[in-house]
Amino acid sequence: MSASDVAVLGVGMHPWGKWGRPFTEYGVVAARAALEDAGIDWQSVDLVVGGETVRNGYGGYVAGATFAQALGWNGARVATSYAACATGAQALDTARARILAGLSEVALVVGADTTPKGFLAPNAGERWDDPDWLRFRLLGMTNPAYFALYARRRMDLYGATPEDFAAVKVKNARHGLENPNARYRKEVSVDDVLSSAVVSDPLHLLDICATSDGAAAVVVSSTEYARKLGIEDPVRINAISTVTPTFPNTVLDMPNISTDCSGGREPDRTFKESIAHAAYEEAGIGPQDVSVAEVYDLSTALELDWMEDLALCQRGEAESLLRAGETTIGGHIPVNPSGGLACFGEAVPAQALAQVCEVTWQLRGQATGRQVEGAKVGITANQGLFGHGSSVILSR
Amino acid sequence: MSASPAVEGWFTTGPEPALLGSRCTTCSTVYFPPTPADRAGFCRNPACDGEEFETAELSRRGTVWSYTDAQYQPPAPYVARTDPYEPFALAAVELAEGITVLGQVADGYGVKDLKVGAEVELVVEPLDDERSIWRWKPVTELGEESDQ
Repeated sequence: MSASDVAVLGVGMHPWGKWGRPFTEYGVVAARAALEDAGIDWQSVDLVVGGETVRNGYGGYVAGATFAQALGWNGARVATSYAACATGAQALDTARARILAGLSEVALVVGADTTPKGFLAPNAGERWDDPDWLRFRLLGMTNPAYFALYARRRMDLYGATPEDFAAVKVKNARHGLENPNARYRKEVSVDDVLSSAVVSDPLHLLDICATSDGAAAVVVSSTEYARKLGIEDPVRINAISTVTPTFPNTVLDMPNISTDCSGGREPDRTFKESIAHAAYEEAGIGPQDVSVAEVYDLSTALELDWMEDLALCQRGEAESLLRAGETTIGGHIPVNPSGGLACFGEAVPAQALAQVCEVTWQLRGQATGRQVEGAKVGITANQGLFGHGSSVILSR
Repeated sequence: MSASPAVEGWFTTGPEPALLGSRCTTCSTVYFPPTPADRAGFCRNPACDGEEFETAELSRRGTVWSYTDAQYQPPAPYVARTDPYEPFALAAVELAEGITVLGQVADGYGVKDLKVGAEVELVVEPLDDERSIWRWKPVTELGEESDQ
């Protein structure tokens, strides 16, 4: 608890799915749910921050004003964030900064997306100077191929097996069974995963998250404002890390064709490690204090990487925690009690906010059917394209 | 081979082909892909404000950082080389300079021929009828050839 905390007054989501409707509709549903959860009306909100997705294919971009207009112009200040998969957290950070500066009192942060089918691909046209275009044109390097590179390293370096990766899916599928906002709510067996088609060796179709439609919204305010509303013990945001990489970034990141040159001096931390490290520093806590984690399982194997990036265990030890059931609800450090991206699929501008929604429900003891008992501190983590990433720490 | 490099200035095509990087003349940091000749270059080392670069041939051999394949046809702008589509392998390779570079794996090789830490060598092969591309080819020790 510190002077730089802000209070989470309300959270809400539109269920994830492949609904094929305009993203604004999802955003408004999530926003109204968050406002209702907060017990305040839309007219009281004096700042709207929207998460934007930078992908063409539909008319208009997601922006703060889109949601503000759809909810009915109320004169609130507006901001729009783009940070790839970290968009929602960056939007939340903007809201937090204005609140802590005393410039805004209550903020509504919304992210929503309507996604196309299949592999995420770059925009059309010939763009020989665009690395995101070139990785497809020259190499046929898809997003799952990057996930597969990380997965293969775990196998060759730490002895991970395809069965371990499948076990992550089995765990997350079970976690998400009762989650009303999850898109996939069905038990999955190790055999189901291993008998699904290999997309990029060693990853099977069921190791890789889908793309989804969905929306998430968070209402935040100063802790003082929360007290005025009679909320004495709100969930608090203790840290939002949105650090960029530090040169030299020596781990191959999507959509790059190459890394920086280390020149023989390896950095102290990888980019993903630095995202979490900055969050711990800002919150003044360490990984031993964390009771629940929501991490970006774009692939099953990536969840294991994240556990180590968040220092929840040593490098190479994630599989042994998984096998011992420690990352399952009821274990020592439950990971992705929401069901994670395995059960949701990815709705980019909404996803980082969805992680915050889940941790909020966990800390309030409202995660029916998937509750981590006695959760006090939760951490989220994700990484997106172009040097974006985030980690949010919440506590109660 | 009459095909020209898919991107001019990214690699050489002689008998011992190599990737071409840009080396900052101020701090010696090497970058790949190289800075285009017709564009201003700015060193991305935050402690360096260099703007002059020289072409640097990168190591022709490196060790596999990781590898995978594409069992489904990637979306456009990828152009399939065969109909029906045939999967190909990909490798990220660490060079002595401390830079990891992605590439497809040479024709005829797949994930079974690779291992994290194994040695590979740069070769140039056709990307399509008009263009050539760099690829990573497993370095086969003498005596192992007969196993293939």
